[in-house]
This record gives sequence, structure tokens and C-alpha cells, in this order.
Amino acid sequence: MSLHVARPGLLSTVQDLGRHGEQHLGVCPGGAMDPVALALANALVGNPVHAAALEITIIGPELRFEHVTLIALCGAEFHGGLPRNRPVLLAPGTRLSIGRAARGARAYLAVAGGIDVAPVLGSRSTFLPGRFGGLEGRALRRGDVLPLLEDVAELSQERFGALKISDGRSVRWSAPPQTVPDREPILIHAIEGQHFAGFDAASQRAFFDAVWRIAPESNRMGFRLVGPALARGDGDEILSGPTALGTVQVPASGAPIALMADHQTTGGYPRIAEIAYADVPRLAQLAPGGTVHFAKCSLDMAVELRKDVKARVDAVLQSIGWEFGH
Amino acid sequence: MAKFRPLGVAPLGDCAAYVEFSRTLELEVNSMVQRLAVALRSRGLPWLRDVVPALGGVALHFDPGFEGNVLELAAELTQQCLKKGLPAAKEFESEIEVPVCYEAEFAPDMDEVSTKTGLAAVEVVKMHTAAEYRVLMVGFAPGHAYLGGLNARLAVPRRATPRTQVAAGSVAIANEQTVVYPYAIPGGWNVLGRTPLVVFDAGRPRPSLFAPGDRVRFRAITGKQFERMAQQP
Repeated sequence: MSLHVARPGLLSTVQDLGRHGEQHLGVCPGGAMDPVALALANALVGNPVHAAALEITIIGPELRFEHVTLIALCGAEFHGGLPRNRPVLLAPGTRLSIGRAARGARAYLAVAGGIDVAPVLGSRSTFLPGRFGGLEGRALRRGDVLPLLEDVAELSQERFGALKISDGRSVRWSAPPQTVPDREPILIHAIEGQHFAGFDAASQRAFFDAVWRIAPESNRMGFRLVGPALARGDGDEILSGPTALGTVQVPASGAPIALMADHQTTGGYPRIAEIAYADVPRLAQLAPGGTVHFAKCSLDMAVELRKDVKARVDAVLQSIGWEFGH
Repeated sequence: MAKFRPLGVAPLGDCAAYVEFSRTLELEVNSMVQRLAVALRSRGLPWLRDVVPALGGVALHFDPGFEGNVLELAAELTQQCLKKGLPAAKEFESEIEVPVCYEAEFAPDMDEVSTKTGLAAVEVVKMHTAAEYRVLMVGFAPGHAYLGGLNARLAVPRRATPRTQVAAGSVAIANEQTVVYPYAIPGGWNVLGRTPLVVFDAGRPRPSLFAPGDRVRFRAITGKQFERMAQQP
């Protein structure tokens, strides 16, 4: 069973929750830029949260579904397409055309049973720079055929049948979106990075005072931030060290880079800040041109934020589970 | 192990921490960091997702479901491993021979390195193949290894202008290190040759040719040998 790509959109890739345990070989975890939206989309079609789905970026694809298929679209709001944040049962032969993002940058289209590409190093996520994972390690192209489970039609009917149906194609309820910004600049929490104290006083202030704009050359590896140039007070060379999701590093140009899902595993630039894990999915919903303001927080507060987000998302996932009779 | 004490533990966000032992490259510390990383990984803790040995310390990446203080936990786990004793390097390191064609078509920066070092190309090749190297760190990109052990006479700075594309398998030097490019990526190191070996292949049982701690030697091959080896699966 399969899903046909009539138009690929700007950057549509297969993503799950990423590959872990290989960073010592330089392999970054990767996975969905907005893992919260991915988890919700999966839950809405009855999948485990880590199933592989389609990550859609800024301009959506046009897809043709051969068979009856239960799908859900979560994350950024796109023009056209279909009702968001709820399970939708597509009729055989449906052409689904998703337009341009109206709010947010990335949406996740989950399909009952997940996208059935082969896992590579424990994950189905596409890693574009290394050309592995997902569909042949690349973004979708016109004419591609994405593999779905053999019994996707039966599975879709069965799962949709378990729901309280409103109009035969969808339901009366929807899951509350979690990560799409309603105004900018968005507020993102960050703790001081290891080399924060090495920046001069003006740069230390500027990082948390400025409104930063996402530069056009940003991608899944990192968001380049446009704002005041940051300078170091001490000129010492930094020994190449580790990085993590949300690390903000500052190359010699003075323009910071926030490391995102496909980030390099080590780097030689000073790390001025580390974005709270809880806030990374919201940052991932900014498109180039979007604006962000960083609020300083303590490590303990970042942990509390993460607990809060987890509790809120878990509650939504659980209530979706109840709708499926779990 | 008493002599190895962390300088400190820095947060890498709220899910990871960097246990730092040195702010400069010390080969003895680097080797200890790799042994520590193996010890940490062998604990098999399900909430410890990744253990990444870097040049001067080790990063511990925890599962986001973990709610404790990453700094305290990273320090505690490190302390436990140091106290218990670390595995010997010979228990995990491999010896790897890397065939390299140093001929002109694969060595765009040979002339410049010759000029800067005052050594003829044959001397550069002789020195580069004579040394034994150690993998100090695999990072930046999958399979991208930083090798220490370059003859000090070959130490040249990075190129002033990085190349927008360096071919996969390129063997390049800068300062006192050698790298082997796993993919065609931009880079500023001085390219001396190219290996026909595939440096990283996510689909094979050992995806990365190099792992931290491995001992590496380069062996000069001809262009013909390169072609033949490159065609082998």
C-alpha cells in the first residue's frame, strides 16, 4: 500500500523521534523538528508517538491516497488541506493538496500504521546531510511513492470505527495545538551556556535583550539569528567540544546559531546559551523572518518547564487514547 | 584514577551535561576521556541516551523523561566510573590502515603545504605515512574523525578561505591534526590526498570506519590502485 507524491512541497521529509546512541560516531539524533506536534499527529491516528510521519515545511505537498486511509495533520496551520488536529478518514483516490503555511512553519501528517520505510540505525528519520534514513535519505520529489502498511485500509477503518463519529469522515472534537506561535516575537527560555561569562558585558546583555530574527539560510541543522553582533571579552581559543539540541553557539562573525534537530555533534565555537528543551519545539515553528526573544532561566526552571510541558502533552495524548477506547 | 578530576560540569541544556577535564588538548586526558566514555556506556543505563567523548571531556545526553539535575547526575556517574576503574584502551581500540592516493588529482593543497613547510611533496607523503595516529574524537558529521599524531613539521594553519566542497574520502591536515572527510562537505583543511574507503555507511554493521581511540596508519597507493579499490563494493 502506498502514498503518491504529486507535488513535493518545499521540504517534505519522513521523520520520527530520531536515532539515539550513535552521537559518539558523529551521528546526531535528528528526528522531527517539533516532536510534540509529531506525537499528537501519531496519537490521533492511533499510532505510538514515535511512528514515522511526514514533516511538511512552509509550502505543503500534494498527495494521492490509493486506499481508505486514516490521517491527521498537526503543528503549523497550512492553507487548504483538511481539518487539523483531528483524525480524518480519507476515501480511496483522495488528492490532498496542502498549501502554504499560515501560522507556524512545520506540520506533521501521520498515517495509520506509520510510513513504512526501513529504519536506519534505529530510526526512520531522514538525515539530509548524510543522505540516509527516510526515503533514500532525501526530501520527497514529484512521483515518489511512500510505502504504507499492507493493511492500512483495514487498520484505518478499524481505528476510525472505534471513534465517536460525527459526519462519517471526521470527529466533532480536536486536540489543542501545543507549539504554534500566536504572536511574535515568541518567548524562548535559555540558560547560560558554558562560555557565557567569556562574552563581553554588552553582548551578555544583548543576547537576552534583543529581538532576534531567523535568517533565510536557516535549516534543520540550525537557525541563524540576525541581531546585534556578539563579541567575546576573552580571546582564548575554545577547544572543540560537544553540542546538544538547542545549543546556541557564536562563530567569529558574532551572529549566533541555534542548533536544531540535525545539528553537528561537536563544534569549536563558544556556546553562549542553551535553550530549554521544553521550548525547542516552539522555536522550530518559526519560519525564516520569524522573531524570537530569549528569557534567561535557571537550569532548575528549565527542568520544571520540561515537566510542565510533558504533563500537558501527556494529558492530551491520554484523552486522545480514550477516544480510541484505550 | 585519582589524578583525573573534572575541572567542572557544564549544562548542555537541561537534558545533557559536559564533564570537562581539560580546556587544552592533552593526549593523556583525551585517552582517559575515551575510556571513561566506554565505561559510562557499558553501564547500559536506559535513561542515558548518548555518551560522547570530545577532545577534553565527555558529554552525557539524558532521556528528556529524566527529571533530575543533569549536573549532579553526570558528576556522580563520572565519579562512580573513575572509582571503579576504567577499561584499558586496548580493550576497545582498533588498528586501521587507510590507503591514500596522494597524487596531484586528489591533492589540491599539496603544493601549498610544500611551500609552507619547505618540504618536497614526496617528503610530505613520507612523513604523513610514517606516523601512527590516534582518533581523538569523532564529531561534527557522521564518521568525521579528528586524528592526532601529525609530525610537527607538517603543521600548517587552515586555509584562509575554506573550500565550498571537499570530496568524500579527502585526507586533510591543519595544525597538528589530520581529518578524513566522510562526505563531500565544505571545509578549510589542507587536502593532501584521498582514500577509496567509504568512511561512513549507515547501512553496514560498523557504520563508521573510525571510532574514538582507534590507531590509524596511512599507506600511499597509486591512482590505479585507487580506481581498483574504489570499484570494490
